[in-house]
Amino acid sequence: MTPVLQIKNLQVSYYTDAGRARALDGVDLTLTAGEKLGLVGESGSGKSTMALAMMRMIKPPGRIEGGQVIVDGTDLMTLSEQTMLKARLSKIAYIPQGAMNSLNPVTRIGAQMVDAIKAHDEGSSRADIDRRCKLALESVDLSSSVFKMYAHELSGGMKQRACIAISILLKPKVIIADEPTSALDVVTQRQVMETIDRVQKQIGAAVILIGHDMGLMAQFVDKVAVMYTGRIMELSSVRDMFTDPKHPYAQALIRSLPNLENKGVFNGIPGMAPALLQLPGGCAFHPRCSKVMENCKTQRPPSTNISGGRILECHLYSEKA
Amino acid sequence: MTTVSLAQPEIIQPSRLTLIFRYMRRNKGLAVGLFILLLLVIFTVYGMATADLKHAYPITVKSKQPPSWEFPLGTDFFGRDLYVAMIVGLKETALIGLLAGGLGTMVGVVLGFISAYFGGWLDMIIKGICQILTPIPALLIQIIIAGSLDKRDVTIYTMAFVVVLLAWMGPTLVIRAQVLTMKERQFVSVAKLSGMGDLGIIFSEILPNLLPFIAASFVNQVFYAVFASFYLAVLGLGPLREPLLGNTIWAAQGQSAFFNNWWWWPLFPALALVLVLGSLALINMGMDELANPRVRKTE
Amino acid sequence: MIKLIIRRLLFLITVIWAASTIVFFIPRISQKNPVRERFATLAISGGFSPKDLEVIIASYNTKFGLDKPLFEQYTDYLSSISRFDLGVSYNKYPRTVLELIMDSLPWTIVLLLVTTVLSFVIGNLLGAIAAWPRAPRWLRTFATPFILLQGVPPVLMGVLLLFFIGFKLKLAPLGGAYSTGVIPDWSSLTFIWDVVWHQILPGLALLLGSVGGWTLSMRGMGITIQGEDYVNFAEHKGLGGYTIFKDYYLRNALLPQATGLALALGGVVVSAIVIESQFGLPGIGRVLDAAIRSNDFLVIYGVVLFVTIAVATLMVLMEFIYPLLDPRIRNE
Repeated sequence: MTPVLQIKNLQVSYYTDAGRARALDGVDLTLTAGEKLGLVGESGSGKSTMALAMMRMIKPPGRIEGGQVIVDGTDLMTLSEQTMLKARLSKIAYIPQGAMNSLNPVTRIGAQMVDAIKAHDEGSSRADIDRRCKLALESVDLSSSVFKMYAHELSGGMKQRACIAISILLKPKVIIADEPTSALDVVTQRQVMETIDRVQKQIGAAVILIGHDMGLMAQFVDKVAVMYTGRIMELSSVRDMFTDPKHPYAQALIRSLPNLENKGVFNGIPGMAPALLQLPGGCAFHPRCSKVMENCKTQRPPSTNISGGRILECHLYSEKA
Repeated sequence: MTTVSLAQPEIIQPSRLTLIFRYMRRNKGLAVGLFILLLLVIFTVYGMATADLKHAYPITVKSKQPPSWEFPLGTDFFGRDLYVAMIVGLKETALIGLLAGGLGTMVGVVLGFISAYFGGWLDMIIKGICQILTPIPALLIQIIIAGSLDKRDVTIYTMAFVVVLLAWMGPTLVIRAQVLTMKERQFVSVAKLSGMGDLGIIFSEILPNLLPFIAASFVNQVFYAVFASFYLAVLGLGPLREPLLGNTIWAAQGQSAFFNNWWWWPLFPALALVLVLGSLALINMGMDELANPRVRKTE
Repeated sequence: MIKLIIRRLLFLITVIWAASTIVFFIPRISQKNPVRERFATLAISGGFSPKDLEVIIASYNTKFGLDKPLFEQYTDYLSSISRFDLGVSYNKYPRTVLELIMDSLPWTIVLLLVTTVLSFVIGNLLGAIAAWPRAPRWLRTFATPFILLQGVPPVLMGVLLLFFIGFKLKLAPLGGAYSTGVIPDWSSLTFIWDVVWHQILPGLALLLGSVGGWTLSMRGMGITIQGEDYVNFAEHKGLGGYTIFKDYYLRNALLPQATGLALALGGVVVSAIVIESQFGLPGIGRVLDAAIRSNDFLVIYGVVLFVTIAVATLMVLMEFIYPLLDPRIRNE
């Protein structure tokens, strides 16, 4: 299978009064069509930065320092500003985090779909555009009457589905969903996730799902990537990640999930996530790591492939390889 | 099992002064405003110490003189040295501004606190009065008040009082809104649960957190007071004998200064007022940015 | 909706009542007798004896009901206001205050309307551009300095314009409604052009003096709106900068500004009044200015009350227009 998405050595920094913070520190990732990846990690680990970097929407004081994001054969980083506008939504689409507030409150939902299509192909007739919008609404289980409604007339779940409908209007190759369910109740969360799952299958796009909720994620994605301080520490299939995590950080993260067997025991991860302004040398996790070794403190571990298509960034495994 | 190190790597924080300096560099408005204000203060204090202040009043110097070495800003029709008049005028402007600004803010803080903290019918009354008075143009009412006073009685102090009479609603509503949100915050509930009295909570918990808003309100009030007193003076409702900047402009217009080629007479007080109001506006904007991080610039 | 209208009308009546009461009582608190003051000045210049003065004052007091008890005066006063009776001018007797106002009103309305609309449009556009990070750099550097104008009230702007444009460059007249010696003739284009010509400097003073306030508040509003999720999502949709600016950013930022317009009205009107007296334009401002200079108190009170009522009414009216602009309120 040829990959639809390849990220190579992506780097993003934020420049603040107190210095330079590396928010994304050399990320590599490959996805094939129809594949679903879950991106997890603590707050500030770089998940949302990664989403914004892929859309090329990092704002000052942030800056993309280097790397490639290749979607369907084109490196987005090399595109001109104008071509990048066209690439958004048609090649790579984004489902926003704050769906409650992601729709313009003063124009109709329909107008917000029509302007999206018009921005990408000027040739279509108005009737054709309207038909495509209504089709998209129906494919996310919204009635076509939503076309004429305003955001405040919709419930939270409906707003999020309207956003999904907008993001699939142009059948993108890659869809990034940034915590798409964070403000919704549990039942609606499930419906929204099922909607994403279904439309993704329809158009055969690769999906990157960013979130905190490991349980919800486990049911929908094929692979999970664990991020820490702007690096991907471990990338494994869902089954491997939940039953046999390899990286000490991933192990700690999975162990910290509540489960029925050891009810009432809460296993946190000792220490705190380091400030990005001054990362520890070597492996950024070493001050909190229970299996820390001498070279962890000085050398950054290389990215290593191990059996089962798993990728790890840890000296425990790089030495064996 | 190896021991887990919980130590955080030390972050080297730049010193406080460097941070303030860097902030000022980004918040240029605040820096420039404070700088202009400082220059004005220096000018006024220096002038008060060196000039003969009697020359700010009529028939003390030769009249209608254009700017020269002897009279840097010229003299007016009534025989006042406009340089000295400006010094005294700036002092009086500052007096009105600080007095009315301080008084207005104080009334606002007290009423806002009472209204928000105790709520109930007190809140209803205070809020209601503010709402009814808001659509009434304060300056027009001030015209009536100032016009009803005997012209001989009008002094800098009555002027400040007239301005304050209708200028306390703004700060009252601002402080009220802030106290209302603060009342809901956790630290206030904790203080209440731990048995602290109302006064204790107000002075030790709420007031310190309100300081930035009070400061911003104060600067805003000073700006407004200078502005309002200028409008009253320029309509001839100020203390006519005092060389208040607005009075000087009013007198100049009354004598058709531009028609008569005495351009320096209204121009210099106008420029001085532009500097005063401009610096206050800049500081006001800067304070806004400080008190309300949402409008802080991203670059 | 009907309940809302009734509530707002009751509010309007309360405001008018409050304003009338303030205007009625303040002069009476200050123990200054307008009639006595007025005729005292006349006595000095006209040379009639103090005895005559007392007789004249007594007859005026009876005529204007000033000898009645205070409460009765107050109710009389309120009922005359409800009949739009603002009294007569001492100075231009027997002309009524309302007549004086109505004669001068068109001048003020035209000046205010043109400058307010222009300043609202220009100021908000500049503020929106100043806060828009994707606007071309030169445009932003052009827009931002207008914020500084906020510190220069229209009347000061008037002095500066008079000096630089009127006095130094001689590009515009120094005052008056039309050139001296010209006979008003509204059918003649030359005359109309002459009037417009004389309005340019005061109009510019009002415009430049108020544009900075809009620029500043719109910039603040813009900074808030550009951080909103819907603006972000619009960018994620790949929309062009102009579409986002116009449909997502400007439209939302303008809504609160429209409310601001109602609140700013009072200040603008006062500025226009002072500007008119400054430039000698025949609007309400000059009526007020003349009244202040000649202690014509009923005119001062009448003008203030009239303008207050007009401003308050306009504010309440604008509150009815606001829901038409915002679909979120329209549906409630």
